[in-house]
Amino acid sequence: MEKEWKKQQSDGTIVVRTCGWSPPGDHPVGCGMKLHIKDGRLVKVEGDPEHPISQGRLCVRCLTLPEYVHHPQRVIYPMKRVGKRGEDKWQRISWDEALDIICDKIRYYTDNYGAESIIVFGGTGREACLYYYPLAFSAIGTPNCCYPLSGWSCYGPRCSITDYILGAGYPEIDFAGFYPDRYDNPNYKRPEYLVIWGKNPLMSNPDGFYGHSIIDLMKRGTKIICVDPRITWLGTRAEHVLQLRPGTDTALALGLLNVIINEDLYDHDFVENWTYGFEELKQRVQEYPPEKVAEITWVPKEKIIEVARIIGTAKPCPIQWGLAVDENPNGVQLGHAILALIAITGNLDVPGGITIGPPAALMGKWRMETRSQLSEELWAKRIGAEQWPALSTAMATTHPDETLDTLETGKPYKLRMGWFNSSNFITATCSAQPDRWYRALQSLEFNVVQDTFMTPTAMAFADIFLPLPTFAEHDGVVLTHFGRNAIFMGAINKAFEVGECKSDIEVCIELGKRLHPEHWPWNTAEEFFNDQLKPEFGFDFNDLREKGVFQPPYEYKKYEKGLLRFDGEPGFNTVTGLVELCSTLFEAWGEDPLPYYKEPPYSPYSTPELFKEYPFILTSGARTFTSFHSEHRQVPTLREITPDPIVEIHPEAAERLGIKDGDWVYLENMFGKCKQKAKLTKTINPKVVHASHGWWYPEKPAEEPSLFGVWESNINTLIPHKHIGKLGFGAPFKCLICKVYKAED
Amino acid sequence: MSQYGLLIDYEYCTGCHSCEVSCKNEKKLGRGVYGIKLAEIGPFEITPGNWEWNYVPCPTKLCDLCADRVERGEKPACVLHCLGLAMDYGPVEELAKKMAEKGKKVVMFVP
Repeated sequence: MEKEWKKQQSDGTIVVRTCGWSPPGDHPVGCGMKLHIKDGRLVKVEGDPEHPISQGRLCVRCLTLPEYVHHPQRVIYPMKRVGKRGEDKWQRISWDEALDIICDKIRYYTDNYGAESIIVFGGTGREACLYYYPLAFSAIGTPNCCYPLSGWSCYGPRCSITDYILGAGYPEIDFAGFYPDRYDNPNYKRPEYLVIWGKNPLMSNPDGFYGHSIIDLMKRGTKIICVDPRITWLGTRAEHVLQLRPGTDTALALGLLNVIINEDLYDHDFVENWTYGFEELKQRVQEYPPEKVAEITWVPKEKIIEVARIIGTAKPCPIQWGLAVDENPNGVQLGHAILALIAITGNLDVPGGITIGPPAALMGKWRMETRSQLSEELWAKRIGAEQWPALSTAMATTHPDETLDTLETGKPYKLRMGWFNSSNFITATCSAQPDRWYRALQSLEFNVVQDTFMTPTAMAFADIFLPLPTFAEHDGVVLTHFGRNAIFMGAINKAFEVGECKSDIEVCIELGKRLHPEHWPWNTAEEFFNDQLKPEFGFDFNDLREKGVFQPPYEYKKYEKGLLRFDGEPGFNTVTGLVELCSTLFEAWGEDPLPYYKEPPYSPYSTPELFKEYPFILTSGARTFTSFHSEHRQVPTLREITPDPIVEIHPEAAERLGIKDGDWVYLENMFGKCKQKAKLTKTINPKVVHASHGWWYPEKPAEEPSLFGVWESNINTLIPHKHIGKLGFGAPFKCLICKVYKAED
Repeated sequence: MSQYGLLIDYEYCTGCHSCEVSCKNEKKLGRGVYGIKLAEIGPFEITPGNWEWNYVPCPTKLCDLCADRVERGEKPACVLHCLGLAMDYGPVEELAKKMAEKGKKVVMFVP
């Protein structure tokens, strides 16, 4: 890429090259773009054709960035609440005043109740994901850092399972992202088939994977297999769609393993040399013959066998696992079974297969290492850590469900101060029973919220609001998978300023310098990034700006070369040194060491009586092009494209209920209800409905009880608390039951 | 001078709306006015498991194939930003050749 990243045009417009990361937009995808600044305002965003991954392409969330950046409702100065909680009464204050108030409170709670009485909440996918851990551990000094989603049902389970089974960072499909010349690189091999399981990467760009790479691969001949309860657009271009009953994925994975093992389609060399527990797995999968799996999953037996044969014989055939692995109490077993499928078919760490990164690198490593700055005594107070070792070993957070219990009961101790960093979780995003969280969070005495807009969560709880800049307004580094598989790394360049916003790392540094200066030697964000980059890569932040994007070299078959284990021996960084098809750690934690299927907690088979009253299987959370979770609802151009929360329902089911396309309907079950707009489509099974998440209405009244209409279409009120797997992971966000009826109001 | 056109490979148009929005940005168009607008055909099932579901962006009379951009040596806004890289721009004769090579699910507009 061109060295010059900032240019002035003849009309005075300044053009700044950058890579994106929310706020607002997406996970750490790092798409390349050029920001056009005129008279201090962002006037245009253009894709950067030189960027090796996005190649000029840009989605509507970045194309509408000027509307977001200069939105009249955006909060761009620090604010202090001057009314009661839930009242829309605020006073602009200086950063010094805000930080003084906050530091006084932190010292007060730490001195009187212990630092553990302070809790930091983080949200999904934003840049804050790198910084909310150090904010808690290193700047504030509390062990309680919480991702509040029941069962940690997003990404964490997949990372933890991989840590235990492979001893590696995140397994991502090889889309030639490591190579500047991409798919043409001679070391690269195009996948023959690609299995996309419980995921829709075209819209979600999950965790930094550039979703439309799938289209690039299809054009080059890769064939697609979708595992999804819905026929998606991609499904209509796929060779096969396994349209399964939501929540039965683990049975399907075990059925595929059954065929691959029994028909001897597995990679004998890999299995013999690099796996542990194959015989046990072989025995286990005998319990899942295709006919039985067909009954459980509603996927025809012939389809299961046909797809299993493809996965066993196509070379390479990576499997890209999605959020469906996490949002399922049986998800640990699903993840385990998918990793087993990938491993025994010889698709691990080979060209065009599944790449694996280190468990943590760069800033991803720093964020985890800051926990060592806390004393053992304090670290032991982390909520839920003792009860849920399988979660607390791999994740540095509290246990989310235990955290709600602690808020409600004051046990083992009372939480008193909350810090909400880029997390709007009373909206249907990262919590189950958000109404219950909302009530429980009332007990916090003092709260800080960092965000870009006054969200329902901020309106309900903030005492101090700290404004975040968008990625266009600060310096930063974006790296895919938060460093767990950094396929590339890009420079985020500050192009201009709006108001007085401070980025996550800037707030961490300023707060850290006041409270724990020994851990915060850096004076600026740039100094911090230099320190992160130099030791590992030998270049500093300015060099990265000039490179634009850096793609670290990738080595395949690291397990043969001693590149995965800390001791430098060949093999995997697990207890046995092998891929654990039978898990020593799961067994030690009291779980079955082998994958097994368990029916969802509420389903036509586990709760047949309830199913009579709630006769639909409810799944939720599909992504759209126009929003990143609860972001973007206030952007006019995007709202014009997606004006309402949509529930998909089959026309036959709708007709029985007198529901027409475009009708507002209620979805209701034992736990809650919400209102969404019906879209009739045959792409969904007549017994299943799919609802949208993340909805609030920035145009509706801000104050209590409305809170921007946050309770109206809130699908997560239908998801129960603490219905999680035995190891503490996975809640049934995608496999509940409900009834549907026309809204007459 | 040859007639220029816009090629759309609707096998790979994923319905992302980037053409629509980048065109609005380029032409500074208000709400409800488009230089190119996405149309959706389907989804419907022809035979079991055989679905038809296409997105096809259609240029309007506001489309001048981004004459200014092309003059500066840039691609038309929609072509640059298309997430599926499913759009192309050029002389109609060249595009016709590309269409024949592709052989299916491709359309050309001469706005």
